[in-house]
Amino acid sequence: MAIDMSQFLGTFYEESFEGLEIMETELLNLDSGTADSEIINTIFRAAHSIKGGSGTFGLNDVANFTHVMETLLDEMRDGRREVTQEAVNLLLGSVDVLRDMLSSLRAEEDLDIERVDDMKKKLDFLLESSDSVGQTSPEKTADEVRDTDGSEWKITFRPFPGMLQTGNDPVRIFKELESLGRLEVLSDISKLPSFEQLVPEDCHISWEINLKGNASRDEIDEVFSWVEGDCELEIIAVNSGAKDDEKENKSVTTSLPASSGKPEKHRKPKTSDSGSIRVSIDKIDDLINMMGELVITQSMLSELGGVEEFTTVHVEKLQDGLVQLERNTREMQENIMRIRMLPISFVFQRFPRLVHDLSEKLNKKIELVMSGEQTELDKTVMEKIGDPLVHLVRNSIDHGIESPEKRKLSGKPESGVIKLNAFHEGGNIVIEIIDDGAGLDRDKIIAKAVQNNIINEDETLTDERVYELIFSPGLSTADKVSDVSGRGVGMDVVRRNIRDLGGTVEVSSETNKGSIFTIRLPLTLAIMDGQSVSVGNEIYIIPLVSIVESVQVMSDDIKGVAGKASLYRLRDEYIPIVRLHDVFSVGTECQELEQGLLVVVEGEGIKIALFIDDLLGQQQVVIKSLETHYKKVKGISGATILGDGTVALIIDVAGLIRLSRTELDVTKDVVDDGSEIAA
Amino acid sequence: MDSTQTLSTEHVNIDVGDMTDTDQFLTFMLAGEEYGVDILRVQEIKGWDAATTIPNTPEYLRGVINLRGTIVPIIDMRIRFGLEKLDYGPLTVVIVLKVDNEEKSRVIGIVVDGVSDVYNVPEDEIKDSPDFGSSVDTEFVRGLATIDKKMVIVLDIDHMFNSGDFEIMDSCVDE
Repeated sequence: MAIDMSQFLGTFYEESFEGLEIMETELLNLDSGTADSEIINTIFRAAHSIKGGSGTFGLNDVANFTHVMETLLDEMRDGRREVTQEAVNLLLGSVDVLRDMLSSLRAEEDLDIERVDDMKKKLDFLLESSDSVGQTSPEKTADEVRDTDGSEWKITFRPFPGMLQTGNDPVRIFKELESLGRLEVLSDISKLPSFEQLVPEDCHISWEINLKGNASRDEIDEVFSWVEGDCELEIIAVNSGAKDDEKENKSVTTSLPASSGKPEKHRKPKTSDSGSIRVSIDKIDDLINMMGELVITQSMLSELGGVEEFTTVHVEKLQDGLVQLERNTREMQENIMRIRMLPISFVFQRFPRLVHDLSEKLNKKIELVMSGEQTELDKTVMEKIGDPLVHLVRNSIDHGIESPEKRKLSGKPESGVIKLNAFHEGGNIVIEIIDDGAGLDRDKIIAKAVQNNIINEDETLTDERVYELIFSPGLSTADKVSDVSGRGVGMDVVRRNIRDLGGTVEVSSETNKGSIFTIRLPLTLAIMDGQSVSVGNEIYIIPLVSIVESVQVMSDDIKGVAGKASLYRLRDEYIPIVRLHDVFSVGTECQELEQGLLVVVEGEGIKIALFIDDLLGQQQVVIKSLETHYKKVKGISGATILGDGTVALIIDVAGLIRLSRTELDVTKDVVDDGSEIAA
Repeated sequence: MDSTQTLSTEHVNIDVGDMTDTDQFLTFMLAGEEYGVDILRVQEIKGWDAATTIPNTPEYLRGVINLRGTIVPIIDMRIRFGLEKLDYGPLTVVIVLKVDNEEKSRVIGIVVDGVSDVYNVPEDEIKDSPDFGSSVDTEFVRGLATIDKKMVIVLDIDHMFNSGDFEIMDSCVDE
């Protein structure tokens, strides 16, 4: 390849996936109404750019497939075809196929040719049946007549390398062809040599041309007459029935592996997703402005540095400068963090399709209302919250919203409403999933939990505690297991995923009114609120979110079990004490519990009391990975750099609890009992 | 060779060949022995600075330091090689190295007694190290080179930090 196309290929994939998303969203809009030419145009444009791009990169499979879709869309756009539910569903299916094709091409896997062919046949079939579908307008028949006139041509044009030297310019040929009808040109650049070997006077590109219009064979021949003998030329009429068309498509697809083999090799080195991000130009402009200010401050300060006699005036100036520098740095930091922030609509946009598909499958009528799509959160958090959210929405559709009949009986409108809402609150983002369904069935949950030995039969529980139970492993109240939900593996995974992100999930519910799931997440994973504590000479950071409270030790409240493990009685709970200096083998003079402090932390539903020397202060810390240059360390989630430039380790509370478990095994029963009372 | 015409292409080739066959090594001292590492792997040399210890790690891992915002582990080569421990003084230096494994390259600092010299060593002058039997593990020794009658032990740092007892980079920790 002349230019290293692989660098553009990544962009192409990204844009194509975006295009597919647009197509999907717009198709769903079409779904509910009649043909809106604006919407169809948008879909058409997206399809068209995917086709164009894939042609450029020699991904002929994709190009051919998109072409068929485009034809269908074209007919809809011109009003030659009615927008039927059938057609829309078929197009939605094609979007899925196309997405899979692109994903497997990106991952350099083999295409599922059968599935593609299958879908293409369905599309072709729909195209064929155009006579029977839709109102036959006179315009359309005219069109068809023209079509059957033998005016659609497929031209394969492969010039020999030396063709350009004879003074022939392919561009002129195309211009000439354009005057004969509507032209669609796909170029094949797979034969291009690498840049070093490229002879600029040689022509290595070949083209596949589709010409629709009133052209006759003679006219086309005339256009190509000058290049006769300098190229391979094939001119085929493609109107003699759709069967021929299909055959040709097939021959193209089957011959593909050979031709796509070349670019494949070039792509090898860049298999992994580069993980790029799209940033709005405003954010970049802000940064550049700020950078400008920073430079000004810097030059002001360096001017001061050159002063020979330093007087009080200069000191004042220096102080001003430092204040300004501090402000600039902080603003810069905030803005750079904002670059990583994306609107949550990136996650939300998959839900209309999900709701559409599921409600059809389950015969429910559901309306999806989304608000706060512009709420921003960190890209990493976003990537990880997608699946849990999908699960919760599926649950609401499957368990929450009742069937239309049931809803009528309980005096509610037939179609249920699921609301997705996102907003900022403090340093968190809150995502709510609200449904107006039946609400959680308290008795059913208790029955199921008793059956699974999660709780005892005679326990009296608050509503919150009951609702909490749905996040326990192995609990599902769906009467029958469907492929949507009901296997009881989901909710505990949802909760764990959210907790891994440092967030929480809560549920509240009212019978016959619906339920609300509230997810709270930190805005970013890169910065965290931490409490610094000292143990001996070491400083550790405990994430503020996992701290329940810090207490001074009352010796009366320390209890022992079997003379070994010690427990701390905090009001009516017994919490095992973990001596941080023991677990981390740090020498400290603070050995007696009375000398230090206990920090009660909670991780994965278990509370422990960490024994430390002293609390130092709360601060925001930037999380740095230990794994980048070392490896994962048990009980440590990362490191951060303190104000004096030294490194402090951040404690991974859940990991520390697991680590101390080996010592706590003796008290395990007590821990379990304790946590149950606690929760 | 007195005119450009007599400068045969063959000669030029040999010149280029010589360049590629010679490796430059940075050598450091450790208990009186001189060790060499590929100079292209050396990122920087800095004085010893207090490191933050990481709990439950082998003794040779002195901890991590902040190297302009990057968290870099520091390894004491004396302890690693089972040599007598030495108190750190003003001459103690940390050589910051880039170490590759299959997946990615990492930055690691090693504490040594002192930096010695930089040598050009032709590839073919690095001799394979003799087999010491089981008394000395020569796995991480790339070879031995003689420079001015001194012996320099050339280390294979990629191998050394990626395998065996010295392995510090297994990213998966059994939970």
